[in-house]
Amino acid sequence: MDNSRALELAVGGFVAAGIVAVLVLALQMSNLTQVRVDDAYTLTAEFDNIGGLTVRSPVKLSGVTIGRVDAIAIDPKTFRAVASLRIDGRYRNLPQDTFASIYTAGLLGEQFIELAPGGEERFLADGDRIAMTQSAVVLEKIISQFLYDKAAE
Amino acid sequence: MNPLRRLGQLTLDALARLGRMLLFLLHLLPALPLALGRPRLIVQQLYSVGVLSLVIVLVSGGFVGLVLGLQGHNILSNFNATESLGVMVALSLVRELGPVVTALLFAGRAGSALTAEIGLMKATEQLSSMEMMAVDPIRRVIAPRFWAAFIAMPLLAALFSMVGIYGGYFIGVVVLGVDEAAYWSQLVRQVDFDEDTVNGIIKSLVFGFVAAWIALFEGFDARPTSEGVSRATTRTVVNTSLAVLGLDFLLTALMFGNS
Repeated sequence: MDNSRALELAVGGFVAAGIVAVLVLALQMSNLTQVRVDDAYTLTAEFDNIGGLTVRSPVKLSGVTIGRVDAIAIDPKTFRAVASLRIDGRYRNLPQDTFASIYTAGLLGEQFIELAPGGEERFLADGDRIAMTQSAVVLEKIISQFLYDKAAE
Repeated sequence: MNPLRRLGQLTLDALARLGRMLLFLLHLLPALPLALGRPRLIVQQLYSVGVLSLVIVLVSGGFVGLVLGLQGHNILSNFNATESLGVMVALSLVRELGPVVTALLFAGRAGSALTAEIGLMKATEQLSSMEMMAVDPIRRVIAPRFWAAFIAMPLLAALFSMVGIYGGYFIGVVVLGVDEAAYWSQLVRQVDFDEDTVNGIIKSLVFGFVAAWIALFEGFDARPTSEGVSRATTRTVVNTSLAVLGLDFLLTALMFGNS
């Protein structure tokens, strides 16, 4: 009987350790706990060029991630890129003249949308469009512009 | 026998084996829910399949993590991006190496043992004597082992990944001086639960299913001689490894192919 008790304990310990590992992977080592809010709302923003922005890219306010890019589409009339941003419901007080620009984290890092709040009294509501945007900086464009300028001198 | 006939013979043998394998699974599947009624048998098998595989899985996980940390640091330092070391180590482990290497180790450590055990049971006519006593060997012997392997695999893979991530942490942060906060924060930010962790677990469930199926079938199908059992054991390891690597490509293409 003692023998089978040891076996039960060993198996129990094994299963518990495995479950703990799954939980650690789930909770500590993946972003399950981050920005998983039911209370999110959606804003859209039009850009001339989104560069390397992808679905799930972060949306930041003063460097703090407050949402993610939910979908990227093309407006069929203007042919501009439309990004829908899912913003954490805790930040509902973004002014209507908030400015959205696409930046790169580091030289080769991922691209993200940085929001810069303006001074307007009224707030952006669910489904609103951010009017003022700045497109991604495309390195090739800058380089070619630089070369043209140099050639012109 | 002339070569052409031999080739035909081999092809037919392989086809027949495939057919037997599927029939074996069809026999096994209805027995699986019934086997849950006797958890004691499953626990015993979990011990021999899971607990006894712990050491090899944990040690290998640690070493794989150390190697990933070293190589990753080496490559990433060329781009001044050693902060991404945590992401690289974690994604490699959770998405690919955890499930795959665990399944390969499992085939060598536990799968071969299962095949040998069942093959020997068949060789010593224990299985047929069970049938004589109106005990269904599939239900009494095979199904609990199947459950044990199926349960043990994702747990082992999760432990493997976790130990590996700490191995990478040890080399990267403790030895090579990557910033500790960067290692963890980048890792947490980039490893997605739905996309990476869940897919890794699905992979290891599939691998557990396949590894158990192949090991048990080979044992059940072994010629009841000592040579037959040894051949079956070899086939288990070879076939499981091939199946796991092939399936891994398929699953990866399905899960991560279009992103």
